[in-house]
Amino acid sequence: MALQAIAFYLLAVATVVAGLLVVSARNPVHSVLFLITAFFSAAGLFVLLGAEFLAMLLIVVYVGAVAVLFLFVVMMLDVDFAELRQGFAQYLPIGGLVAGFLTLEMIFVAATVATNGAAGKNAVPMASAPGVPNTEMIGRVLYTDYIFFFQLAGLVLLVAMIGAIVLTLRHKPGVKRQDIGKQIARTPKTGMELVQIKPGEGISE
Amino acid sequence: MIGLSHYLVVAAILFTIGVFGIFVNRKNIIVILMSIELILLAVNINLVAFSVYLHDVVGQIFAMFVLTVAAAEAAVGLAILVTFFRNRGDIAVDDASVMKG
Repeated sequence: MALQAIAFYLLAVATVVAGLLVVSARNPVHSVLFLITAFFSAAGLFVLLGAEFLAMLLIVVYVGAVAVLFLFVVMMLDVDFAELRQGFAQYLPIGGLVAGFLTLEMIFVAATVATNGAAGKNAVPMASAPGVPNTEMIGRVLYTDYIFFFQLAGLVLLVAMIGAIVLTLRHKPGVKRQDIGKQIARTPKTGMELVQIKPGEGISE
Repeated sequence: MIGLSHYLVVAAILFTIGVFGIFVNRKNIIVILMSIELILLAVNINLVAFSVYLHDVVGQIFAMFVLTVAAAEAAVGLAILVTFFRNRGDIAVDDASVMKG
């Protein structure tokens, strides 16, 4: 139990500190790297809770896909990031004030919910039914009761993929591309031209 | 003894860090998108913590759907950002009022 508490505090502090550094780092590349740290620590918290499948999903989806996407975009865009940080000091007091009040309110709500809510009665964390692995438990529920929402999530991803491709696809002028429809529609009549040349004159364009 | 309230407090702090990040980095849309990811991560921590302490796996299913939507949002957001950068050569969002009538 003591070991669990030590692990929790380590991971919680790592998550919060990495989160703070994400929003305050000068270089966006560092921000992305701290975001990855925050995701890893949060995955550790999920493992502590017993939700192993979601922890692995967090690492695969967020660290493997989303964070790498951020890294690509940050490194691809040639932007003066120092200029973008103007106003940081200006908004710092009001932002800090709002964030402080919000944190206090949410901590009070969390304490009340944790002591008086329905979840507070169960002191023992349990990520799945006894004897059933967490992944199997999620599969049993996801592919039966929530199959419609599962398919809908796939549709959301498909639409997002098509949207991202349509937004960023660009045809450069002057680049020759294969147009299969045009190739198939071509006939000997359109493809060649018979020219009568008088002897000794040649062809002028 | 680590209980539900500990996880809720971590999620609350992470959520407010995300809101704070949107407040102070108003020009840098990349950091704003990363702050949104932090907010969604905090939501996920809340969902999983409640799911585990209510002994109900549905919360984890919902966290998976939040993860899906977050990934889609990041992809489309970054695509819009790349298009915006191509058109204007800059990503300062306070200049992004070209559609104002």
